[in-house]
Amino acid sequence: MNDIENTEEKPIVKFEEVTKRYGDLIVLDKLNLEIKKNEMVSIIGPSGSGKTTVLRMLMTLETIDEGVIYIDGKPLTHMRSKGNLIPADEKYISSLRSDIGMVFQQFNLFPHMTVLQNCIEAPINVLGLRSDEAEARAIDLLGMVGMLDKKDEHPSRLSGGQQQRVAIARALAMRPKVMLLDEVTSALDPEVIGEVLSVIRKLNSEHNLTMLMVTHQMGFAREVSDRVCFFYEGKIAEQGTPNQIFETPKNERTKQFLSAVLNAN
Amino acid sequence: MAWRWDFAFEILPQLLWGAVYTLMAAGIGYLLAVFIGLIFMMGQRTPSYVLNRITREVVEFFRSTPLLVQLFFVFYVAPQFGIKFSAWNAAMLTMGLHYGTYLSEVYRGAIEAVPKQQWEACKALNLSIFRTYGRIILPQALPVALPGMGNYLVGIIKDTPMLATIGVVELMQSANTVGSLTYRFLEPYTMVGVIFLIISLPTAFGLRKLESMVSRRQGISKQ
Repeated sequence: MNDIENTEEKPIVKFEEVTKRYGDLIVLDKLNLEIKKNEMVSIIGPSGSGKTTVLRMLMTLETIDEGVIYIDGKPLTHMRSKGNLIPADEKYISSLRSDIGMVFQQFNLFPHMTVLQNCIEAPINVLGLRSDEAEARAIDLLGMVGMLDKKDEHPSRLSGGQQQRVAIARALAMRPKVMLLDEVTSALDPEVIGEVLSVIRKLNSEHNLTMLMVTHQMGFAREVSDRVCFFYEGKIAEQGTPNQIFETPKNERTKQFLSAVLNAN
Repeated sequence: MAWRWDFAFEILPQLLWGAVYTLMAAGIGYLLAVFIGLIFMMGQRTPSYVLNRITREVVEFFRSTPLLVQLFFVFYVAPQFGIKFSAWNAAMLTMGLHYGTYLSEVYRGAIEAVPKQQWEACKALNLSIFRTYGRIILPQALPVALPGMGNYLVGIIKDTPMLATIGVVELMQSANTVGSLTYRFLEPYTMVGVIFLIISLPTAFGLRKLESMVSRRQGISKQ
């Protein structure tokens, strides 16, 4: 790790005045957000507040209407060529994308492949690993998420919690610098949420990984996050340490949201 | 007019020989259609508006006009503009194009049946567009496409008698020849029908087996 000296200086992810619209609907409204290396940031807020869009834009699944997103100091949509900024080509975008990994609400495993195949497909074909290297890496990660005994099963034979743990291993196998977790427990039965959360907890404590997590699990966000951002109508209405947000929220919207959510539980 | 077994056996070799050509015509025509269909499908999925539009119109044109008319056009009209085909080549080209447009629609439907989240997962893993199609999307679309593809295989087999109209010597044409030489029609045409049944029924059965085999192999159980 020779870029430790930059750790404090340069945010690994930076949103600068980013706007996203669907027709007349403004989903993100001039969003500014910086995430430091190895920081664990949770995004909370009512549905429709643009939380998931933040992750999807970072993963290049959505286009940017205005503003700039920087990954490790490089703009996501433009590249430098002979001193000029020009629209990025696929190769450049793909090189930036390789810093980012994403775990989806609906797992999105490849149903026609076994658990192991799911985890080695991209490392072999994108990173160019030999198949024995990719398998060793996958087996290591599947062990970490506790899914090694199911490595030859197809996803359809696994529970939601198990599929999600495989999806986490699959994303980690690409060694991303930033991990995006998009409501990873929202599609799960209550009794298996715990197993997925404990994997994320482990990731957070044992690996140097920057994580950006959209979640409805308030207790979990409070427990693991370095910072919590409360989104409201496409903006960060309030952000701070978990204690600040959950104990002494200042914004009226945050108070309303938290009391509604916490009372429901 | 009574059925004559001795006559039936006498003409059997000739009809079976015709049947071999029927199978060849259907087989080669279908293979062409499978590839032409892929090209049409990709044309319809490109981001380029012009290419997209052209492919759509071409597909619509071939789907909306009868195979027989297309066959006559390629075999009788095209030579008047200096483009000459043998009967066999004209037959293969026309059947490949005609069924290719049908198959492109089958492919399109099958690909659209793959959830869009699968595309997103591919993107998040940085897979190239070729890998995305080849390793993730097409394998999942295949079980969806197979029933439709099978229908058109049986369809193309049953359409081969049309090739007799431009003089391709296949099963139907062999029966026509027998009929016009002997003035006996009962045996040849009955036998043509029976031979088609003997070809089509096992084909349909084999296709169903293939469908369930593919689904099983992919771990997407059908039961």
